[in-house]
Amino acid sequence: MTRLATHEIIRLEVNGDDRVAGVPTHFTLLETLRYALGLTGSKQGCDKGDCGACTVLLDGVPILACITPAWEAEGRAVTTVEGLGTPERPHPLQDAFDRWGAGQCGFCTPGMLCSAAALLDRTPEPSLDDVKEALAGNLCRCTGYTKIFDAVLDAAGVRGGGPGADNGENEGGDAG
Amino acid sequence: MLRLPPYRYHRPRGVQEALELLALHGDEAMPIAGGTDLIPNMKHRLFTPGELVALGGIEAMRGVERGEGGELRIGAGETLAALGRSALLMGELPALAAAARGVAGPQLRNRGTLGGNLCLDTRCTYYNQTAFWREALGYCLKKDGDVCHVTKVGAKCVAAHSADTPPVLIALGAGVEVAGPDGVREVGVEELFVADGVRNVRLERGELVVRVRVPGTGEGLRRLTGYAKLRQRGSIDFPLLTVAVAVWLDEEERVAAIRGVVTGLGSRPRVLSGWEAIAVGEPWSDQLFPALAERAHAQCRPLENMTTDPDWRRAMVPVYVRRALEGVG
Repeated sequence: MTRLATHEIIRLEVNGDDRVAGVPTHFTLLETLRYALGLTGSKQGCDKGDCGACTVLLDGVPILACITPAWEAEGRAVTTVEGLGTPERPHPLQDAFDRWGAGQCGFCTPGMLCSAAALLDRTPEPSLDDVKEALAGNLCRCTGYTKIFDAVLDAAGVRGGGPGADNGENEGGDAG
Repeated sequence: MLRLPPYRYHRPRGVQEALELLALHGDEAMPIAGGTDLIPNMKHRLFTPGELVALGGIEAMRGVERGEGGELRIGAGETLAALGRSALLMGELPALAAAARGVAGPQLRNRGTLGGNLCLDTRCTYYNQTAFWREALGYCLKKDGDVCHVTKVGAKCVAAHSADTPPVLIALGAGVEVAGPDGVREVGVEELFVADGVRNVRLERGELVVRVRVPGTGEGLRRLTGYAKLRQRGSIDFPLLTVAVAVWLDEEERVAAIRGVVTGLGSRPRVLSGWEAIAVGEPWSDQLFPALAERAHAQCRPLENMTTDPDWRRAMVPVYVRRALEGVG
């Protein structure tokens, strides 16, 4: 049987803003963020819950937006990578990822940042194993993960003195 | 990009309201808890329900409480993440907490629930694929076709039971409360499953698993549980094989009872036979492990229903049985 999609109004709190959009009732949270609200930071990778590129925070907890029905986010706080920091005032994780070269192609980075931000909220001084466990659901095909782990530990202050730290190398927003 | 088929999303606040919605929409409706298995399967057109009844807002399906005689009552709507870090479970049933922590990756455990893990659809190389892929192959016995690409000749689907928590619950002799149109019935987790890959969970349409009940340890006994999981990537994958063990020791540290359960091989979890004869009455020690592992190996014969070599998975059975036994706590 062919069913026709119906639209409904959805109200979401995204990055502290109240947002309203009309979406098909079968939209995922990711489709709503990207195609109804214009927030394209969260990436559509495998689109079936394997890769972690769509990771966002729901009430501060990392979830996969590509397999979460949009309605599950109503009445809860959604945080995407756009809500972590700005180019002028980056989140400490964003700054550390930049300095350590933790992103190469960058496709996994928004999801990595969201998972890592939730970890640091919960565990301000994580061990390397804590970081590995928190990022276990975020696949990266470029970096080999090492620099990502270094960057998260650096942002937490567990590991300092990384590339570009306090030596002015990073000024002008271009880490090369 | 994988689009979902159109559906409407219902969010009942109570079990009764959920049951009424399921009854109202009949074959068109499916319950959804975390959706971590159902939504990908819907994207692959393995299920196309027009009405989804979401269970996440039902408070009555939450909580971990102690009942009479040391029984633990666990709400089916508890997330696997919550169970994996529950101090109560880690203290009393470390294997159940470990099994919950062993499911998939962190984001999936934050949404996936115990009830959903119990009702997880079976998996197969020829089934968990896109509609395009399956059409190109001419479909399969489990969905839309009439040929099993695993056995070639079989008329029975051999898709594998692939959930991590049921083997532990079966080893413990746990049961579930199932709510349906005619009230609540109780069924053992072992009896919940049948060896039919098409649908291996014995739930009637319109029924919901609302609570899991793990019996107390028993007078004068100490209970230990163990769990080991074989998977391709240690951080995220479905099991290729899981082994769960429960051992009850008397006051002299002799084995009063023992149960081992394996899954990931066939369409239902397998309770290992012959273990009581080997171990009951014996002092609990690693001297017992080789015989128990060998007995397990003799009765497990995996099929080519996953991407890895069945001979290798079979060879891993005694290895993982030993690891589960060595890790009991």
